[in-house]
Amino acid sequence: MSDLKQLYQEIILDHNRNPRNCYAMPEASCSADGHNPLCGDTVKVYLRIEDGIVREISFEGAGCAICTASTSMMTESVKGKTVEEVIELFEGFHHMLTGIAEEQDVELGKLRVFEGVREYPVRVKCATLAWHTLRSALGEEADGPVSTEDS
Amino acid sequence: MSAAFDLEAIRRDFPALDQQVHGRDLVYLDNAATTQKPRAVIDAVRNFYERDCSNVHRGVHALSQRATVAYESSRTTIRKHIGAHDSREIVFTRSTTEAINLVAASFLRPRLQPGDEILISEMEHHSNIVPWQLLRESTGAVLRIIPISDEGNIDLDAYQGLLGPKTRLVGIVHVSNALGTVNPIKEMIAMAHEKDIPVLVDGAQAISHLDVDVVDLDCDFYAFSAHKVYGPSGIGALYGKRKHLLEMPPFQGGGDMILSVRFEETIFNEPPHRFEAGTPNIEGALGMATALEYIDGVGLEAIRKHEERLMKEASLRLPEVPGLRLIGQARQRAGAISFVLNGIHPHDVGTILDQEGVAVRAGHHCAQPVMQRYGLSATVRASFGLYNREEDIDALIRGLESVREVFA
Ligand SMILES: Cc1ncc(COP(=O)(O)O)c(C=O)c1O
Repeated sequence: MSDLKQLYQEIILDHNRNPRNCYAMPEASCSADGHNPLCGDTVKVYLRIEDGIVREISFEGAGCAICTASTSMMTESVKGKTVEEVIELFEGFHHMLTGIAEEQDVELGKLRVFEGVREYPVRVKCATLAWHTLRSALGEEADGPVSTEDS
Repeated sequence: MSAAFDLEAIRRDFPALDQQVHGRDLVYLDNAATTQKPRAVIDAVRNFYERDCSNVHRGVHALSQRATVAYESSRTTIRKHIGAHDSREIVFTRSTTEAINLVAASFLRPRLQPGDEILISEMEHHSNIVPWQLLRESTGAVLRIIPISDEGNIDLDAYQGLLGPKTRLVGIVHVSNALGTVNPIKEMIAMAHEKDIPVLVDGAQAISHLDVDVVDLDCDFYAFSAHKVYGPSGIGALYGKRKHLLEMPPFQGGGDMILSVRFEETIFNEPPHRFEAGTPNIEGALGMATALEYIDGVGLEAIRKHEERLMKEASLRLPEVPGLRLIGQARQRAGAISFVLNGIHPHDVGTILDQEGVAVRAGHHCAQPVMQRYGLSATVRASFGLYNREEDIDALIRGLESVREVFA
């Protein structure tokens, strides 16, 4: 059970039960759809960006607890940041889960709770789906729906 | 046929069952995805490599002759197992998927005109959907869908209505991998035949649970994979009525499927070799035949009774777990039981059960349309094989308690 507590930490369960910023945003300046072909889950991320800063971010969809909590916490952590800072955060988060970088200089804060997902390789995609979708909304990736298979 | 069903002896035949996962005894309940292999199958594959390894149908030397005899006698074993009369009606394929694609390419494609209809059900696996969609795109044919009820039964009245003058093929799953429904395919085949419509049956799940008799069913084609019936992966078979196979052009071109090749003209081999281009999966065929002999040795009737008990037990006990809802309550079911837990995503259930040593499948089971039919993106599926025990259901239920604890 202790391994599981490491994965399903209270903050993750809380965001799963009560996702933050979960609504459609018709006035969004950009949005993107993400899809996890493994489980059929989908997420849509909306952004309102002004002067290069994420003023508002919301989402619809998601799926399992890891995916929903990750999406919800992502929206909280990127709000108010510049697009460059968001990209840095994406990279830091991705590296934490895929173990590419040993040392992190990006301040991940609360997002560190997802570190436990590393031990569950098939679930890494659940945690990164929202981030890939966000990045696609920011136009950093090719147009069209993203899929976690690309990661 | 053995007199008694000795579960412990059967379990000892499957080496992979005897292991721990995350410090717990493995409870393998993902048999609808693939089954574990008995020692006899592993030995058959190994023996081929150790003694008879050579190519088939082309050598004069001893090893090649032994391999050819073993390969062709595997075909005979498969024929007998499914009740076919003629071994030339058994085509080796890579899998169920390839068998269905073979029928799509060689049987149906040449017969299709724009506006012709292909009829499949709402509960098909992607492998009995996508090949027809590909055909639809290249021929202008139309795909029509037989609806199912909330319980997961085929709507036979709707089916009758959909069988029309333009229907060129019915493709129907014998046992649904997502719902466990056993479809009344004998009746459905008779209904189609009344209008001279051929029927392909996807037997991927049925083959390990039911005593399949293709002559009694009178199906035109029956497709299945060895790996779902305790045999190796990468090998499967298509049963096709001889009259159809004789008319069908080759599926792929290459060696073994020809009688003579000149640059001006090639004369194709007879069925089934016409459809088996290139060096086949010889050891797979031997393993497949050995697997079927293994379950024939245990006795299909005994297996069916044992698995029915497990299904009944699971269907009674699972709904006692608070918040659990079964998906699919068809009149007749076999092998698989699908469910969801209120407010907890199947993926999370699957991960937590895995930590308890219980292997289940969580997802859409390659049957997204039927998931959509129930307004779901995924379910948890526990699926049984002949070696499962009642204790496995206990472990599953205990695991579900852990899930509820984590999410309490
Ligand atoms: C009902 C059904 N049809 C077809 C298939 C495809 O089988 P294979 O992947 O062996 O070709 C499966 C396997 O999951 C199945 O359950």
